[in-house]
Amino acid sequence: MDLLNALVAFANFVFIPAVAYGAQLALGALGVTLIYGILRFSNFAHGDTMAFGTTLTILITVAMQGAGIGFGPLPTALLALPFAIVLTGIVLVGTDRAVYRFYRKQRAAPVILTMVSLGVMFIMNGVVRFIIGVDDVTFADGERFVIGARDFRDATGLAEGLAIRTTQVITLVVAAIAVALLFWFLNRTRTGKSMRAFSDNEDLALLSGINPERVVQVTWLIVAALATTAGVLYGLDKSFKAFTYFQLLLPIFASAVVGGLGNPLGAIAGGFVIAFSEVGVTYAWKKVATYVLPESLAPDGLAQLLSTDYKFAVSFAILILVLLFMPTGLFKGKSV
Amino acid sequence: MRNVVLFAAMAALFILTGMTQSWNTSLSILNMAVISAIMAMGVNLQWGYAGLFNIGVMGFVALGGLGVVLTASAPNAEAWNAGGWRIVGGLAVGIAALALLVQAWRRLTGRVRTLAMLALAVIGFVAFRWVFDAGVTAVEAINPSVAGNIGGLGLPVILAWPVGGLLAAAAAWAIGKTALGLRSDYLAIATLGIAEIVLSVMRNEDWLARGVKNVIGLPRPVPYEVNLQRDPGFVAWAQGYGFDPVTASSIVVKLCYLGLFALVLAAIVLLSELALNSPWGRMMRAIRDNEVAAGAMGKNVTKRHLQIFVIGSAVIGIAGAMMTTLDSQLTPGTYQPLRFTFLVWVMVIVGGSGNNWGAVLGGFLIWWLWVMVEPIGAGVLGAITANLPEGSWLRVHLQDGVAHMRLLTMGVILLMVLRFSPRGLIPERRGR
Repeated sequence: MDLLNALVAFANFVFIPAVAYGAQLALGALGVTLIYGILRFSNFAHGDTMAFGTTLTILITVAMQGAGIGFGPLPTALLALPFAIVLTGIVLVGTDRAVYRFYRKQRAAPVILTMVSLGVMFIMNGVVRFIIGVDDVTFADGERFVIGARDFRDATGLAEGLAIRTTQVITLVVAAIAVALLFWFLNRTRTGKSMRAFSDNEDLALLSGINPERVVQVTWLIVAALATTAGVLYGLDKSFKAFTYFQLLLPIFASAVVGGLGNPLGAIAGGFVIAFSEVGVTYAWKKVATYVLPESLAPDGLAQLLSTDYKFAVSFAILILVLLFMPTGLFKGKSV
Repeated sequence: MRNVVLFAAMAALFILTGMTQSWNTSLSILNMAVISAIMAMGVNLQWGYAGLFNIGVMGFVALGGLGVVLTASAPNAEAWNAGGWRIVGGLAVGIAALALLVQAWRRLTGRVRTLAMLALAVIGFVAFRWVFDAGVTAVEAINPSVAGNIGGLGLPVILAWPVGGLLAAAAAWAIGKTALGLRSDYLAIATLGIAEIVLSVMRNEDWLARGVKNVIGLPRPVPYEVNLQRDPGFVAWAQGYGFDPVTASSIVVKLCYLGLFALVLAAIVLLSELALNSPWGRMMRAIRDNEVAAGAMGKNVTKRHLQIFVIGSAVIGIAGAMMTTLDSQLTPGTYQPLRFTFLVWVMVIVGGSGNNWGAVLGGFLIWWLWVMVEPIGAGVLGAITANLPEGSWLRVHLQDGVAHMRLLTMGVILLMVLRFSPRGLIPERRGR
């Protein structure tokens, strides 16, 4: 019984939150890794792209709610998401036209493009703050829980409750669909294959008649979809705040690098590695430990390795370890 | 010639601010502008001289500020007796464990190494927390509403500036040792992370500098306004020139600060220029422009990179310490990467990377803009919204948005400069 209780507590406080967070990071990291693979620079504007897409979703959601459109037990934001993706895609392709293409034509060094992305980051950050302000915005509606903690306790008779939030289930389902679509696209369609070819060897791809501008455009559209989805899922699960999204940049980069930059599969694995370490290291294990260990060994303190404020330190430490010991990441990424 | 015109235009901007708003405002912008210029020079050393992409400026600025608290604030003997030494002991245990880990990694091989390192990490961490935590609890329990930290050394605050530089340099050395071998954008990500970690340590470790409870009332190297106003000699002197003593006192204080800051700026510009034109500077540029060729000529690329990374960070740390001195308070909650990292980068790029005068000009110009965009933007938006009905949603929203115009403006400026004048206002001089 104690072991079951420990398992439930573990699932409730560590496993489920980490899985949901990991899926959100993975989607974010996929965007970073695609840009890196195709356009060959680290896009520091990615966090703010997520914020921008989420802002659009929130605006559309509010408009829909005003018009009385709902999605039953699911959040209205999911209905708004496709529209926001299209709009974000248009903005990103437009940004590429106006800003990045110039440097691509010049064959500028990656670090220059990274710096340009800093400028884009400033602008997007400003626009987001201009539209929606700097405060916390909660935009999840519909049913809050799939299983409530009390219902679970009543049903099983265990001392520990297990709560599964709707947003966590939605995160997993939507992320799974997005990843499946992405891999189907990359592996089965002509455009997807040309993208991979372009990523693997630009010169050979150009030689075989692939239109680089088209590849780049499609990449930005996919990135818009991934970033907006990641942002909306994160916002539904927690809440939307412009500054938090900017800070997400670090765990997202860590996920992409840990998995191997430029490798989509690695980005997904990296997202979960980072999420589980972050949650695992900052969780107070006292509850779980008291169930599992005999009474004499039970910890006095919280049994928390690091305070939650140090979650960045966790992603960072993993990032550094991976960079030092396997510079191309867990899955073989590329280095330019 | 062009440079003289640019700097004259910059001076005119500050004079204009002084005449249209007030000299007090103009001087306080100027003081921060000097500090910004020093930060920009630090980044310019790293990026302009050596091509190192450091976006952890915020962390070094904050470490400089920490230096001020640790040097200049009043000593807290009670806290040291209660648990200060225990904290030091805990930190020593932690460092020893890390050193052992590195040794284990170097000396052992195979499965023995993995097991030894795991065991060392677990034992080291537990020992560290066991020694450290009790000390922290003891220190933080002492008078938590006004202190609860280990205090400082009570030394003159000017000494804190080099100390802040040293703290930043030490951190830079540790980061450089691990991350400098990596590719340029990995270094960027690593420094971004370090800055966040430095800030989260400063926000959470209350025993160190009170965390988000802030340290206020740090000593100043210049007289206090109130004391000046009480001094009959000063009042008579101010009135003799027809000044209001209150305004005069605050202007005199700002001028004192300005004098100190200008001395530091001049010293750093002088040293940087000498370094740039020395064989060492030529070697740095050679390494920046072609690492492989420089390596083939027998230059130790990694060592030189580490060297200039540490020097540049120290300069940023000094600027950070000066800023905390100017504010006479340390508020870790207010450090934001957009303001302290990316804005400094805009300064360097706009001014001209690789040129010290460019970095200085960029620091002055961008800081002035950063402050003035808000009133200017408010005026512009006021004109735009003048025709909208009073209290309409759009009007209110637009006027609220003025506060966010800064980021937008900075982004546009950065993109414009990168596109149309990538070498900046005062480009690097080549061919010497």
